[in-house]
Amino acid sequence: MRGAARALARFADSDFVYSFSRSPIAILSLLVVAVCILAAALAPLIAPHDPFNLASLNLMDSFRPPLLAADGEWTYPLGTDDQGRDVLSGIMFGMRISLLVGVASIVFASVVGVAIGLVAGYAGGTVDAVLMRVADIQLTFPAILIALLVDGVVRAALPKDMHEALGIYVIILAIGIARWPQFARTVRGSTLVERNRDYVMAARVIGLSRARIMATHILPNVLGPVLVIATLTLGLAILDEATLSFLGVGLPVTQPSLGTLIRIGNDFLFSGEWWVTIFPGVALVLMVLSINLLGDWLRDALNPRLR
Amino acid sequence: MALLDVEELKVEFPTRRGVLRAIDGVSFGIEPGEVLGVVGESGAGKSLTGAAIIGLLEPPGRIAGGRVLLDGKRIDNLPPARMREIRGRQIGAIFQDPLTTLDPVYPVGRQLTETMQTHLKLSDADARRRAVAWLERVGIPAGAQRVNAYPHEFSGGMRQRVVIALALCAEPRLVIADEPTTALDVSIQAQIIELLKSLTRDHGTSVMLVTHDMGVIAETADRVAVMYAGRIAEIGPVRAVVKQPAHPYTEGLMGSIPWIERKVERLRQIDGAMPRLNAIPPGCAFNPRCPHVFDRCRVERPDLLDAGATRAACWLHDA
Repeated sequence: MRGAARALARFADSDFVYSFSRSPIAILSLLVVAVCILAAALAPLIAPHDPFNLASLNLMDSFRPPLLAADGEWTYPLGTDDQGRDVLSGIMFGMRISLLVGVASIVFASVVGVAIGLVAGYAGGTVDAVLMRVADIQLTFPAILIALLVDGVVRAALPKDMHEALGIYVIILAIGIARWPQFARTVRGSTLVERNRDYVMAARVIGLSRARIMATHILPNVLGPVLVIATLTLGLAILDEATLSFLGVGLPVTQPSLGTLIRIGNDFLFSGEWWVTIFPGVALVLMVLSINLLGDWLRDALNPRLR
Repeated sequence: MALLDVEELKVEFPTRRGVLRAIDGVSFGIEPGEVLGVVGESGAGKSLTGAAIIGLLEPPGRIAGGRVLLDGKRIDNLPPARMREIRGRQIGAIFQDPLTTLDPVYPVGRQLTETMQTHLKLSDADARRRAVAWLERVGIPAGAQRVNAYPHEFSGGMRQRVVIALALCAEPRLVIADEPTTALDVSIQAQIIELLKSLTRDHGTSVMLVTHDMGVIAETADRVAVMYAGRIAEIGPVRAVVKQPAHPYTEGLMGSIPWIERKVERLRQIDGAMPRLNAIPPGCAFNPRCPHVFDRCRVERPDLLDAGATRAACWLHDA
């Protein structure tokens, strides 16, 4: 307990926290991200309506305008869609899916990428050449193309009746595979630097195995950049998912993410019901922008050369 | 029986322009508890000899011949897993730069316990107790608090003390110290050497002390090996080598050291430079720079010959 308290005090007193407290953009971004995470996590508890409860829907409520419009009402602050579903509640539940898919795919991509980068950088030679050429080749294609490809192949391999249940895992896999090379290349670069440090030699001298040296000595020393890339790539992964869902190849309609909401609302954009697509879009932009700004700040804060 | 025996060790580097032989038939032994100094210019093969003994030559360097025996058992051809058991447990090492030898992300205590627990069966609490004891033994006060400190919270001299503790904590029988004081302030150097000397004496640890500082050798070593162009030029008890060097190269080396009790106008220097590895002259490698060179030196390579109290690779001593 005392150790934890001391660690916390140490953290509160660190340069990291100091630099954070001096950056209005970082504070604002964290605030927006925190609101998004809370809204997503607590959606079933705090959302004003349950968009999945078909019994509560009333077609009479369809296309209610938002508060911004002259005849908006408080029952549906952001209006309703063609089925009479509350847009605000839809956004909260949609963020839940978007964040979940984004975070899970980045965790997947970073675990794969870090492992491959460590092995390539530490082993060197042929292993390094093969792994990095694979990464290079993959980087010549846009990530969304890779994700589409993986998504298509996995779907074709799965029986039709499992698509709905496994859809979310398929898309996490697809985005994860599309995003690992960035992690692998960065970690490989840092590993090449770290492996020649004397402390690695010292670890070899005390008789530690290669796996042990990689895991306990090199890994913690290369994690800094990984944290930055993970944050920046999280924004991209959320956009990947939104793009896939917008194209209709992402998640099943029963699990609407922000991308799905935007696609559905897109049909009504020119018939005057702009709020159905604009509000999920604004939510997506705000969330991704904040995550990216936070990532930028993190990069600067963790880079000793920019201090 | 000697603790460590190096017999005719050869180390090669295959390159584009043919194979370079960086160490060419080096033989020496280290007795239990003995401190062997290894001196020579940069590139003479001192550090490489150390790396070859602990099996940590960087590829493409490779052992091309000879044997390394620890307690009479060969260790130069062991599989990596067996060699790992020997490194740290039987042979420890201290490097030149204490600033980078410690992993920046762990407290120093953790690095000590990691080393000990890799080789000794110790509970976490025991390992920790020993880590604190080791810190105090190497002269770091308040070890119980400093054990949780990170390397960046230590000064260079303090860090080298920790590195010495790190090398000795698994109680190896031989420590290879590769220029342990080069990166330190002159005022700290003597302290660190004194510490290394007293700790290894207390534990009966043998030391192979690689340096180009004759002063350090004279103070610390029992015997000294002088290396030149990948070979041993002279080896013998430190007093004899310093007072009556038998090899012209050693003589030149000693002549280039300032002595406080001897008044000289100019320090002597050895003309020329050590040959490049791809252009080692035939015969004695030192012959182009040697003031006593004669015909035989240019054709025939001398082995170590008895030369009074020492052994020197020089035809002057061919009886």
